[in-house]
Amino acid sequence: MENANLISLFVRSIFVDNMIFAFFLGMCSYLAVSKDVKTGLGLGAAVTFVLLVTLPVNYLLQTQVLAADGGFNTAVLGGVDLSFLSFILFIAVIAGIVQLVEMIVEKFSPSLYASLGIFLPLIAVNCAIMGASLFMQQRIGLDATDPKFIGSVTDAVVYALGSGIGWLLAIVALAAVREKMQYSNVPPALRGLGITFIVVGLMAMSFMCFSGLNI
Amino acid sequence: MAKLKDKDVFVGPLSLNNPVTVQVLGICSALAVTAQLVPALVMGLSVTIITAIANVVISLLRNTIPNRIRIIVQLVVVASLVTIVSEVLKAFAYDVAMTLSVYIGLIITNCILMGRLEAFAMQNSPWQSFLDGVANGLGYAKILVIVAFFRELLGSGKLFGFQIIPDSFYELGYSNNGLMLMPPMALIIVACIIWYERAHNKDLQEK
Repeated sequence: MENANLISLFVRSIFVDNMIFAFFLGMCSYLAVSKDVKTGLGLGAAVTFVLLVTLPVNYLLQTQVLAADGGFNTAVLGGVDLSFLSFILFIAVIAGIVQLVEMIVEKFSPSLYASLGIFLPLIAVNCAIMGASLFMQQRIGLDATDPKFIGSVTDAVVYALGSGIGWLLAIVALAAVREKMQYSNVPPALRGLGITFIVVGLMAMSFMCFSGLNI
Repeated sequence: MAKLKDKDVFVGPLSLNNPVTVQVLGICSALAVTAQLVPALVMGLSVTIITAIANVVISLLRNTIPNRIRIIVQLVVVASLVTIVSEVLKAFAYDVAMTLSVYIGLIITNCILMGRLEAFAMQNSPWQSFLDGVANGLGYAKILVIVAFFRELLGSGKLFGFQIIPDSFYELGYSNNGLMLMPPMALIIVACIIWYERAHNKDLQEK
């Protein structure tokens, strides 16, 4: 794919197809961990990191092993459509890689591990990771001229980076708002969860203005 | 731990301990599939079935699963069930399956499932786990249906795909609120449900 399209894919996955504001993926941890900016930043970085590792692996798995015309599939299995196995395989890859990443980070960078440590295991069940894999699976089937098309490992990496940064942006923005909100007088019934939902709704509305974005 | 009564296990998640509005689980899919009632209902039922069966399976296995790898075991059980449901939907309700697209697959990472498996099925008997699964699934479906009701009625003037608001209203200048079909309004409607619930139950309010 040309460089211009890569940039377009990257920018679109941050702003237009934002994981939180357009698809509500990873909402559970998003709402639970967005109480202050620092932890939000940590979780956002961890999500981006895991996305960057899992998406290329799942891309290869999907195109080579699961699809009937994949290289490995035709050579070993004789062209059987295995795409119904994608849920199990994707989640196994994600859970496995999260475990692996946790061990590697612990060994080589104890300081990073200390700051990310508690979030890493949580990420295995973060919908944003699984969601990105499933969206990628859909996008592989698209027409090559479509701006959302993902056709190579590079595309998958760029999509992963864009989605991760979009998620990071969203959680840091919400955390910043919530930090300030502690000083405001919210009606008792809305305090905590209720007002957070409204804030996310308003932020999602403002992100809607990116929807016509095209580079 | 005191033995829980079957009735409490079943009624709790439907009222005071609702998985979406009180425990804040499974928000992701709760919001994305609610632009119309039919997909919302199908999603709610799928989650109910999967939670109930997964709860029973994990509850039966609870004494044999090594503690260290329990998350992986839970994920595999859930992923297999989701695959079955997804194949069944594709075979018998293709249109709805296409509308739900990736969100069916995302039931695997739905926090309600992992939350209930971890918090309930690992400690309780299969029968109670089954009740707990059904009740949590229905509590989740309840919120989905409420949100979808308002979004479909105000956003496209329909319920279950049938027009509800008469043509004469449109002639008088009434028009559908297109914003209701956009993602942000789902969040705001859930916020309103939470607001309503907490205004009536002072116990649920946060400090």
